[in-house]
Amino acid sequence: MRQKILSLLKENARISLADICKRTGLTEPEAAEEIKALEKSGVIRGYTAILSENTDDREQVKALIEVKVTPRREGGFDQVARRIAKYPEVTDVMLVSGGFDLLLTVQGSSLNEVANFVAAKLATIDGVLSTSTGFMLKKYKESGRIMEDTDEYERLKVCP
Amino acid sequence: MSTNGSKSARRSFVSRHICTLPKSGIRVFFELVNTMDDVVSLGVGEPDFVTPWTIRESGIYSIEKGHTSYTSNLGMPKLRAAICDYVAKNYDCQYKPENQCIVTVGVSEALDIAMRAILDPGDEVIYSEPCFVSYPAEIIMAHGVPVPVSTKKADAFALDPEEVRKKITPKTKAILINFPCNPTGAVMPKRNLEKLAQLAVEHDLLVITDEIYSELVYDEPHCSIASLPGMADRTIFLHGFSKAFAMTGWRIGYACGPADIIEAMMKIHQYAIMCAPTVAQEAALEALQNGEKSARSMRDSYRERRDVFVSGLNRIGLDCLLPHGAFYAFPEIRSTNLDSMTFANELLLKQKVAVVPGGAFGPGGEGFVRCSYASSLEELETALERMEKFLNG
Repeated sequence: MRQKILSLLKENARISLADICKRTGLTEPEAAEEIKALEKSGVIRGYTAILSENTDDREQVKALIEVKVTPRREGGFDQVARRIAKYPEVTDVMLVSGGFDLLLTVQGSSLNEVANFVAAKLATIDGVLSTSTGFMLKKYKESGRIMEDTDEYERLKVCP
Repeated sequence: MSTNGSKSARRSFVSRHICTLPKSGIRVFFELVNTMDDVVSLGVGEPDFVTPWTIRESGIYSIEKGHTSYTSNLGMPKLRAAICDYVAKNYDCQYKPENQCIVTVGVSEALDIAMRAILDPGDEVIYSEPCFVSYPAEIIMAHGVPVPVSTKKADAFALDPEEVRKKITPKTKAILINFPCNPTGAVMPKRNLEKLAQLAVEHDLLVITDEIYSELVYDEPHCSIASLPGMADRTIFLHGFSKAFAMTGWRIGYACGPADIIEAMMKIHQYAIMCAPTVAQEAALEALQNGEKSARSMRDSYRERRDVFVSGLNRIGLDCLLPHGAFYAFPEIRSTNLDSMTFANELLLKQKVAVVPGGAFGPGGEGFVRCSYASSLEELETALERMEKFLNG
């Protein structure tokens, strides 16, 4: 049942309690309690909106940064990764396999701001060997949602 | 008098045979629906999903590569091999791709050439009713005689083999079944299939099974009559990609069966159709190779909608059995004292919800309407609200 609730919330975090009940067979108090438990135990870390680039009137710059890191004798990559994650500019941090170690998304209000963050903060962190920054030019899909609007395609209203 | 201004009288050139073929009684209803805005339609007999991208992409790639010529009459060998593997794996029926499988333009064509291949004038075909609107017409167009057997709500719309037995005459050639069933959503319990198979053997009859909804079963595993002992040699197994892979517009179906019958069907197909569209065949191959995960997730989504919608129907006062397959609910509307056509018309005009009158699927469907739940949950909710208003209004 937890899995079902989670998949409903992942599909639409604003789904009403009533709809969750209809689709799971739970009563409203049961569903509310289940969600509260999921939030409390940290399975659910938050809810956010998926925005198209154009709707946000503030100028926003986003960069994907590949970071090579020297793992620490104690704590491995975690220590550096956690440290980087503390910066509010950093929206995502992932440890990945391949030619580099950490993949970050960094957000700022201008190219300069992000560049400064990389040069002054990120690159100087003890353990960070090198960074490679790619600025996002256009967003096509995020969290499973395609950004492009497609024309409505009309099905037959009635067919046998 | 001709309509183009010429004065020469002309006789009707349409054959008497086709003149007497009954028109689908709900055409007027369909046209009415199309003139109205803001209709919530539960009248659609096809998935509400777009074909999964990997399949669409294969179709595009096929065009890019310039695969635009005919294929073998029977269909691409690779596709036939994949179909036979799929049928062996999921239905436990073994067919040889070389001569026991033909790719057709939807199950509709497969059914058409099957009928034409097996029927001599006057041969009778027994079929369960209510049923897909084409069945009696297909039998008549092949100069056969349609012999309906009504399925009943009390039997959960499964076909009763004893009722079939009563309709068998020396002229009976075949039994046509379709489970899960359009329009009832019914499935056939295995014991009924076994009895039906016995009947077929006992009376030396052919069985044609339309398995188009067979992936869409929600409660019990599906069993095809073709897999029962002794049936492979007297069954035509019809299937396609439309429903499980949301590929109705691609028009790809297939028939598997005994080599002599497939050969006869191939003759008609060869002269009438040549081959199914090449692009669609390549997309269908992709569906079999990489589409099963998408098919499963679509099925799970139908099941969820079925549960919500059918419990909703019962809640608002329309008695409806839980359909075990396809994506149709078939609620009884007798409590309203309206016949199914009037019910559908009034529901459309007063509350703008389109359902298909059960009578469209044969006299046995009277007293019921078909509601397709292949619509979004929001639409289903809206439809239920409007139907409740209609029932109380």
